Amino acid sequence: MSTHDTQMSIRTRQLELRAADRILVQGLDWEVGRGECWSIIGRNGAGKSTLLRTLAGLRAPEGGAVEIDGMPVTAWKLEDLARRRAYLAQSRHDAFAYSVIETVLSARHPYHGKRYWEGNDDHAAAMQALAAMEVDHLAARDVRTLSGGERQRVAIAALLAQDTPLLLLDEPANALDLAHQVQVMGLLARLCRQQHKTVIMIGHDLTLAHRISSHALLLTGDGRWTAGPVADAMQPARLSDTLGHPIDTIEHGGRRIFIPRETNHD
Amino acid sequence: MHTVQARPSRPLPQRAFLIVGALLLAAVASLLVAGMTGSIAVAPGELPDALVQVLQGRTDSMAATLLELRAGRALTAFVTGGALALAGVMMQALLRNPLADPYILGISAGASVGALLALLLMCAAATIDAAALGGAVGVSMLLYLFARRDMRSGAALDAGTSMLLLTGVILSSSCMALVTLMLSVAPEGRLRSMVFWMIGDLAGAPVRPLPWIVLGAALLYALRSARAMNVLALHADNAGTLGVRVGALRKGLFFVSGLLTASAVTSAGSIGFIGLIIPHACRFAFGPDHRVLIPAAVLGGGSFLVLCDTLARTVVAPTQLPVGAITALIGAPIFLYQLHQLRK
Repeated sequence: MSTHDTQMSIRTRQLELRAADRILVQGLDWEVGRGECWSIIGRNGAGKSTLLRTLAGLRAPEGGAVEIDGMPVTAWKLEDLARRRAYLAQSRHDAFAYSVIETVLSARHPYHGKRYWEGNDDHAAAMQALAAMEVDHLAARDVRTLSGGERQRVAIAALLAQDTPLLLLDEPANALDLAHQVQVMGLLARLCRQQHKTVIMIGHDLTLAHRISSHALLLTGDGRWTAGPVADAMQPARLSDTLGHPIDTIEHGGRRIFIPRETNHD
Repeated sequence: MHTVQARPSRPLPQRAFLIVGALLLAAVASLLVAGMTGSIAVAPGELPDALVQVLQGRTDSMAATLLELRAGRALTAFVTGGALALAGVMMQALLRNPLADPYILGISAGASVGALLALLLMCAAATIDAAALGGAVGVSMLLYLFARRDMRSGAALDAGTSMLLLTGVILSSSCMALVTLMLSVAPEGRLRSMVFWMIGDLAGAPVRPLPWIVLGAALLYALRSARAMNVLALHADNAGTLGVRVGALRKGLFFVSGLLTASAVTSAGSIGFIGLIIPHACRFAFGPDHRVLIPAAVLGGGSFLVLCDTLARTVVAPTQLPVGAITALIGAPIFLYQLHQLRK
């Protein structure tokens, strides 16, 4: 396990993604190393979620391959892979009245093997994750009664309880209030810097992404892509091109703030 | 960071044993009630002696004879009710829809087509059962052919299960159209038996070991998959990222619940509401965790049908009502009440 941890990497080789007949990503050769924090940036429909689902192994790419720790994602045993990478979906639909703690405990599934019941270590991990997301007071609540932001934090808590070196998050700041957006992003940054976890996330807040990410991947949605450290990839000109809207930056208190340029509505 | 003492909904193994133990007692009690109740009641005082006689295989006393006669039917009721409730739990987990029941995909409608055709042609009892089974298996196969692709993991999120559901609903209505056709051309004399089969009736249901084997094997599969079913119910297609083989689990749930439904419908006709209200009631009382829900639903469904059948053969004795009418009469108000409670 420890040898794996030091080698944690995810890499794509000549990856090609399509939606219907439209090419979203083409020839993506991309490598993400241990302890790096990546933001995927692009317009709606540019293939960000498709890419993340492909990295998670939930869908097959139209071309090329994804490798985790040097092994094709399709060659992994699902249970082993579940201990290496966790995936946060963009949205969820709760059909049954599971409690919050049961939801988070379900993320411990890959550690159970043949056991029927969870152990005390699973409960400890679940409660710790709930506390980290400040939702431990909701542990007994029916997930269907939570607000959107609370539900999102519970979902992130489940991701933390899965305790994997690689985290794939599709819009983790979705539905969160301002304070919790900052808190969640700060937590992800700490996971990268202190515990050397690898984070790949999708987000629309450029300022927040720039502050906590070490790297960024820009998807134009027509096959083109740019990958690199934030200082290179998140140049205003590049972002304007990727997002199809002029973007200005200002420096404030040592932070770079990205603002969309006003357009006339006359 | 503070520690939280309260773990109210933690599915403690002790809590599960308590629930299953209590339901096991309820099941035994329901079987005893069924054995004692009838046109000639067996007094509680005679019960221990009669029970010992039946278990030893000799029926010297009147009480023992009555008990043995009623026990066969009560056990058939139990295995049928347990199978339908378990099929309901599995179907609801597969479709991620708490309103699904074992009949929703048309498996019972297929069985009805087979059974009614056999009844129409005046076949022997064994042929009717075989025809019902054939109908159920035929519809399952057709459904699987249509929806095979949608059961794979990664089949466009939840769209896969709604395609399966739609296909099943359409197959079910086609079968019901055939049933209506047969009922309208059936001669007067055979209509009654055909209608009774449709409603579900345990009178004359044979005592066979096969339903027990099916229920036992299905229960084993369900308990082994219980944790994975929780993950599937919670995360749908994304259950794959937690190490669950979504495609294999969906196929397993589909086939095992289909087998249970076919087995139950073959021996007792399409008894309604058990597969819907028992899983609901158990979820309401014990929570949605499948590790508790599965054994609870089997025991609860079995006991419920035993009691309903006892009611069906005693309430307007000597006339025997079809048990399906009783389960629907009791089931519908209970279900409405639960729905109303949930909305509060």
